Amino acid sequence: MTEPVLRMDGISKSFGALRANDDVTLDLRPGEIHALIGPNGAGKSTLIQAITGAIAPDAGRVHLLGQDITGMDMAARARAGLGRTFQISALAMDHTVLQNGVLGALGASGRAFRFFAPVMRDRALLGVARDALAEVGLSDLATTRTADLSHGQRRQLEVAVALTLAPRAFLMDEPMAGLGLEGSARMTGFLDRLRHRAPILLVEHDMDAVFALADRISVLVYGRIIATGTPAEIRQDPEVRRAYLGEEATP
Amino acid sequence: MRRENLLNAAILLGFIAVPLWAWVADEPFIITLTTRAAILALAGVGLNVALGLGGLVSLGHAAFFGIGGYAMGVLAFHAQNYLPLIEAPFLIEGTKSMPVIWLVAILASALAAVLIGALSLRTSGVYFIMITLAFGQMLYFFMISWPAYGGEDGLSIYIRNGFPGLNTLDPIQFYAIAFTLLLAALLLVARIQNSAFGLALASARQNPTRVTAVGIRPRHLHLVAFTVSGAITGLSGALFADLNRFVSPTMFSWQTSGEIMVFVIIGGVGRLFGPVLGSAAFIAMEYWLDGVSDYWHIYLGAVLLGIVLFARGGLIGLIAGREVAHD
Amino acid sequence: MTAILLIEQILNGLQFGVMLFLMAAGLTLIFGVMGVINLAHGSLFMIGAFAAAGTAAATGSYVLALMASLSAAAVAGVLVETLIIRRLYARDHLDQVLATFALILIFSEGTRFLFGSFPLYLDTPDLLSGPVTLPGGIQYPIYRLFIIAMGLSIAGGLFWFIARTRIGIQIRAGEVDREMIAALGINISRLYTAVFALGAALAGLAGALIGAIQSVEVGMGEPVLILAFVVIVIGGIGSIKGALIGALLVGLTDTLGRVLLPQAFGLIMDASSATTVGASLASMAIYVLMAGVLIFRPSGLFGGTT
Repeated sequence: MTEPVLRMDGISKSFGALRANDDVTLDLRPGEIHALIGPNGAGKSTLIQAITGAIAPDAGRVHLLGQDITGMDMAARARAGLGRTFQISALAMDHTVLQNGVLGALGASGRAFRFFAPVMRDRALLGVARDALAEVGLSDLATTRTADLSHGQRRQLEVAVALTLAPRAFLMDEPMAGLGLEGSARMTGFLDRLRHRAPILLVEHDMDAVFALADRISVLVYGRIIATGTPAEIRQDPEVRRAYLGEEATP
Repeated sequence: MRRENLLNAAILLGFIAVPLWAWVADEPFIITLTTRAAILALAGVGLNVALGLGGLVSLGHAAFFGIGGYAMGVLAFHAQNYLPLIEAPFLIEGTKSMPVIWLVAILASALAAVLIGALSLRTSGVYFIMITLAFGQMLYFFMISWPAYGGEDGLSIYIRNGFPGLNTLDPIQFYAIAFTLLLAALLLVARIQNSAFGLALASARQNPTRVTAVGIRPRHLHLVAFTVSGAITGLSGALFADLNRFVSPTMFSWQTSGEIMVFVIIGGVGRLFGPVLGSAAFIAMEYWLDGVSDYWHIYLGAVLLGIVLFARGGLIGLIAGREVAHD
Repeated sequence: MTAILLIEQILNGLQFGVMLFLMAAGLTLIFGVMGVINLAHGSLFMIGAFAAAGTAAATGSYVLALMASLSAAAVAGVLVETLIIRRLYARDHLDQVLATFALILIFSEGTRFLFGSFPLYLDTPDLLSGPVTLPGGIQYPIYRLFIIAMGLSIAGGLFWFIARTRIGIQIRAGEVDREMIAALGINISRLYTAVFALGAALAGLAGALIGAIQSVEVGMGEPVLILAFVVIVIGGIGSIKGALIGALLVGLTDTLGRVLLPQAFGLIMDASSATTVGASLASMAIYVLMAGVLIFRPSGLFGGTT
């Protein structure tokens, strides 16, 4: 088996008496979509924060492409190749769609501290930005103010900005949230194609999408991974059924 | 966007036409008034880099205004008294040359901004506001208790400093100097706004998490913005001291910090010409209302309150509408 | 530096600190509970002082003067909160700073309009005038001891109030989660107005107490306000305990610094340079203290969240 792109080893984090993450071990292999599911309060947000660098775990390490990134801050991890989208869209709302895209390209270029050349005429950055917008289907809205976009379009823009970083792994936090039927179908199709660019660690509640997309599923309950396996395996795992899916037949 | 450009052009025109008219009509007082407006506008342009572009609410920008002023004061004082600043290990004498003074003012305030910024930016939100205020006060009290340069009474510089080839005592020539520097600063800030740094900084103001997620550290952006901001305001302080031929600790006071911020807001925070229009409006109010009432600050307060509650974009926002996203 | 002098200065530092606490407690409550940064707090201090001076001049009664200061400041606080501060809860800090700065301008000039530019004077009441002999033979003004006692008892009262009463619990809950207490059906508007009025009354009282030691004039509140900010930064926003400890720290550092630093420099320099250097550094001492605290604890000593 090839080296996993992203690996979490024994991540533990407590807040006072609450053990939010308890020895979580998880990996993301090339070309796969690995879904992380679990009830609310299971510790998914804490785990995401530990992966992205927002908080430091009490124990455990995070590796990206074999490199130990546990000590790196959020910005450094982004530059090391960890792309992410946010559960609540994090975009510069007064800027246009294209400006947000260029920001991503700018971050990826590592040359943000230039003061004199007009950035919106930089052909290289514009090229990267426009390519990303085209991939998610937002090219027509390039000059629209981000605040004027619909919710679904903002989700698309989030993904586009993540694409401009040419990440080696994606961490996506509930990309389906708030999307209607059509939006979810489009996003599902998109993620399906995206996995070949870079593997995706997908945190989701939308079970249709999860079972349609995931190569593997990990189930997080009360801070612990209680099962990891293929969708078929997870569907039949008795502990998972009891803790999360309930006894009803899964889709 | 177009309306704003027209408005900016009109403001510039005003800053050229008014002093020219006053020169022709032999009204040196009006020239001096416009000079004051231009210099304060420069201070505001500086503040606006941190406040408008960076979103950093610095209530202690008078620190840099004062440092620039005292850079001029100290150098000119030593020059006019024929006293060197230091004799060992190497000789540094005073100077009355404006370009040298400006360079020192810019460097000194930039250095102060790096130090104050590095410390203050460790905090955010309300803490940041209070700390910048406190640093301004610290310098104010320090200067008051340092008798070598006048202490509370300040320092008078009898003859205005010199600029090669010009008669700086001639009001219109001194105005030309101040106005040119203001233009240069506006050009610089316009460039910065449209640059990569400007895009990142503006994005950090709107959503710092987004900027971090693309691999840029907002704190670094902020520190650079704060430093540039302090340097420009420092330059204006040196000019201000030269205008009045007097420098005193009041340049460091919280009232001064507040006033600079007030007219940036009145003009329109974050807009390129906001400080310029705001400064002109402020000087105009000071001039006209002061004749009407001894308590004109009440009107200033009321105007400010009105703008904060009802017209956030300031005068430029009222006239030219909301800022349109550039692409 | 004799022991007597040192103890005197320590007492002075405590008195200064206690006065700062009254200001800082109000500020930190207002920010902690309502999330509003209130620059007009210095004006409330000034209003309290002027009300006290005016009432004392008219009635000759110090007690009435104190009551007047509390009422005037509280009323001003209620007016300010309902008319202006209320609109600022949802706004960002810049707007709050600007609006309350506008209030400073209006209050300062308004007071100058009503009372003129010359300072007023407030006499210490006869009962509290003059010195008292403390153990050890130290002569110390009764009035300053009175201030210390008043301040400490108010501190105790505040701690009890916040910890034991219904309103206190609402305040603590509000500091942690504003939306939650609204959801719990507590009348937020009234709570906020009450908190603001409480903070204002404390500031007004501080103004009245100090008015007898210093002169009462326009602009007396802002230097104290800024020091109160330093106190809150050091102590941590939202924490009354932090406000008390921070205030005492600042009060003692400032007072003792002014006395001890010139003396310390006197050991290595000549007298006049020592006084100069010492005095200059002493004026910066509390800011250096603040910077020092921030290096190690960016949220202050007892600050939790921002």
